Amino acid sequence: MAEQVLAADGTPLKASLNRALRRQKMRALVLIAPLLLFIMLTFIIPIGQMLFRSVENSIVADTIPRTVVALDNWDASGDAEPDEIVFQALFYDLFVASEAKLHTRLGSRLNYESSGISSLFRKSGRGLDDIADVYKDAFVDQNDVWADGAFWFEMMNTADGAPSADGVFAQQRDLLGNLTSSSVRKNIGFLPNQEIARALPLTTQTYTEWALYVANFDDDVVADEKPWESVYAALFDDLHAPGAAERLANYTGTGADELNSALAIVDTIPDQPYHAAFADLDDGWLSPDVWRTIQAYAPRFTSGYFLNAIDLQNTDDGVEWRPENEQIYLTLFVRTMIMSMTITISCILLGYPVAWMLANLPARKANMLMILVLLPFWTSLLVRTSAWKVLLQNQGVINDLLVWAGFVADDNRLALINNATGTVIAMTHILLPFMILPLYSVMQTIPISYLRAAKSLGATNWTAFWRVYFPQSVPGIGAGSILVFILSIGYYITPEIVGGTKGVFISNRIAYHISSSLNWGLAAALGAILLAIVLALYWAYDRIVGIDNVKLGG
Amino acid sequence: MSEAISDTAFVEFERVQKSYDGENLVVKDLNLSMPKGEFLTMLGPSGSGKTTCLMMLAGFETATHGAIRLDGVSINNIPPHKRGIGMVFQNYALFPHMTVAENLSFPLEVRKIGKSTREEKVMRALGMVQMQDFAGRRPAQLSGGQQQRIALARALVFEPELVLMDEPLGALDKQLRETLQFEITNLAHELGITVVYVTHDQTEALTMSDRVAVFDDGRIQQLAPPDELYEAPHNSFVAQFIGENNTLEGVVQEIKGNSCIVRLDSGDVIDAIPVNVSKVGERTKVSIRPERVEVDKSRLSPDAHTLKAEVLEFIYMGDIFRTRLRVAGTDNFVIKSRNAPDQVRLTPGSQIDIGWLAEDCRALDA
Repeated sequence: MAEQVLAADGTPLKASLNRALRRQKMRALVLIAPLLLFIMLTFIIPIGQMLFRSVENSIVADTIPRTVVALDNWDASGDAEPDEIVFQALFYDLFVASEAKLHTRLGSRLNYESSGISSLFRKSGRGLDDIADVYKDAFVDQNDVWADGAFWFEMMNTADGAPSADGVFAQQRDLLGNLTSSSVRKNIGFLPNQEIARALPLTTQTYTEWALYVANFDDDVVADEKPWESVYAALFDDLHAPGAAERLANYTGTGADELNSALAIVDTIPDQPYHAAFADLDDGWLSPDVWRTIQAYAPRFTSGYFLNAIDLQNTDDGVEWRPENEQIYLTLFVRTMIMSMTITISCILLGYPVAWMLANLPARKANMLMILVLLPFWTSLLVRTSAWKVLLQNQGVINDLLVWAGFVADDNRLALINNATGTVIAMTHILLPFMILPLYSVMQTIPISYLRAAKSLGATNWTAFWRVYFPQSVPGIGAGSILVFILSIGYYITPEIVGGTKGVFISNRIAYHISSSLNWGLAAALGAILLAIVLALYWAYDRIVGIDNVKLGG
Repeated sequence: MSEAISDTAFVEFERVQKSYDGENLVVKDLNLSMPKGEFLTMLGPSGSGKTTCLMMLAGFETATHGAIRLDGVSINNIPPHKRGIGMVFQNYALFPHMTVAENLSFPLEVRKIGKSTREEKVMRALGMVQMQDFAGRRPAQLSGGQQQRIALARALVFEPELVLMDEPLGALDKQLRETLQFEITNLAHELGITVVYVTHDQTEALTMSDRVAVFDDGRIQQLAPPDELYEAPHNSFVAQFIGENNTLEGVVQEIKGNSCIVRLDSGDVIDAIPVNVSKVGERTKVSIRPERVEVDKSRLSPDAHTLKAEVLEFIYMGDIFRTRLRVAGTDNFVIKSRNAPDQVRLTPGSQIDIGWLAEDCRALDA
């Protein structure tokens, strides 16, 4: 090993150098820090979050967690609706969700996958109280004390020194936290006691859930409030369940007598199975298709958005093409690519001669021409696009001129707008400067002597251009093409205004899902695919041409 | 001088004028005729019109007036690529996206020469400049001197009879320049090609050329072989421009056939030969080369005129001594003497007498 080189003060030279360089690096970092922070906060993080939405699918598991667990055992390939236990779980899940007014959100989400579910959820949310009211009325008729919130609180709460059911409390707190996407950590002054939790497990859960909800979101005191109707349904379910008498016999806490009286009348209450109750609300609940959809989108992560984004869907038989009348995105992607390519090529064809002229004119004239090239930048994009609308429309300037000149018959005017032609024309115009500028700056660096040398060596003007000048301008074409292509692949405003239905891009669809249909997951999946395409093209370009060959100037 | 020079004119400029803006003439009435095989250098300060002349010959500029003929044929209306003239550019203009071999192959390809012949010619041309090993390199991977060699080989590979060179060695360091000067002249004479070479470096012009055309103000001031140009300049511009030169101003006092007497402004009288002066009383600039000044009186003829001089500065330059004198009112009269064992070293402050042979002292235009 070579001897370590020492600096003048005896420290190793490498350490010395590193120290000197570190200060430079720190200074550089401090200089870029504000921009870095700004980009991170306003760009990278939001985009990362947005892209995450393309696979994220917690809403089903968060909104109807017990249903999802219960549904696990259901055989989706059969024709039967799920068991009663699933409907029971759905009742308690939907009850709290509709109290929190979140059940419609799940409905909209599932509606993306199977239409009709949205109204199913909306309608059912309104009828849940009616299902439970039967039980409430029965219990209150038997004993007024069941309508007393304080009595309920005393029965359910843990007395000083008594063991509490911490597990139940924590579980309900997590469920509610997931449902409402908020922290429900407030001290609510209530803990379910262990004895009642053993005697009435479902009632304890439901009461705890209610208590957490009213204390956290309504800012109420638990002891002063009357519980939700679902608590009475839970009480009925507990008392009606097999072995209820034995469990109750062991219970000695507050309300033991009242509970025993209630147990006595349970058999007089008409028992309506939950699935029948839901079928009453909407017979859509008996359709296995609805349950298949719920089961398919129960996992917290889904490939559904991405499949949807390329016209596929998850079915029982695996991944399949969507019905032909629902296929739209692949066509849009292909159209976006083809039209972006057309725009890029048009920009090269139109921009190259202009850039050539700019690079070879005397400085004064070149500056003048440059101003003309840059002029579009000084006009609002919207104004320019709208101007094209005026120019290109059926009764517009261009058609009028063509008719006047006799090129086109009056009853056969060219369709130049609200189609792909309109988009290509307007976008070529708008993106042309992005092609000319890099071309110009590259061409400026090619000395005229190369052309002269080629001619002196016997090349005709064309050969000299094609063999000597053009290859050297390729980096400019590359830079301009990447710029124009990437800009146009994600363009939105212009296709929206002049594109009609045949000339819109994938970005217009993304915008639609972001702002109108609110299907952000699908929008994110489409955006992620678009990003992947751009990166893939960039990679391919790097492999073929070499990204070092891209020059924006100098 | 090369023996290959023949009497028939190969390149000919006849009454050529060139103006870019329609107001000023960059080239005024250029007449030049050069035989086949000649190495002619166009020398002059920048803006003297020499490069414009070269570009007109190559076809990149059109003459505003007059005829340019190549081998007896007027080429005014022939586009550059049909002229068959090889050219070496100032910045080499090697195509950066092609290898050395592809660069050399280019002129052959556009002439539709077969692949095997092409390869053979490329290798032969690379051999001429000793660059065979670099065929696969790109120009950017070569040093300046190597690029220059390739540029030369490329201009020669298609065997043109006329090769133009536009300050080809301008960007190289002194030592490399000297080597390449030698190589270029050798190659030109070996191949028997006619060369028009443009430079502003007079040493280069003198060492390389058969004849030198000194340009100034859009005209050829003198067209002569190097020795004649140096020793017998036709006018004071050429005398000043070529080599180091001492100038003294005065009035012609007497003309006697092939010699004259000039009275300097300081009142001193010296011998000279009249070149550009024709009558007594005319103002003149007298030119004497520093190395032709004699400080040893015994070597001069007894009746020769001498001048009093004061030594101002003595510079030791190795092979020569350079001494600056005050003579006839001017402070920068320089003499050069060979560093020989018997050579006197003049001490600053001393007074000496200087003189010269009348034929070394030329009375030129004022």
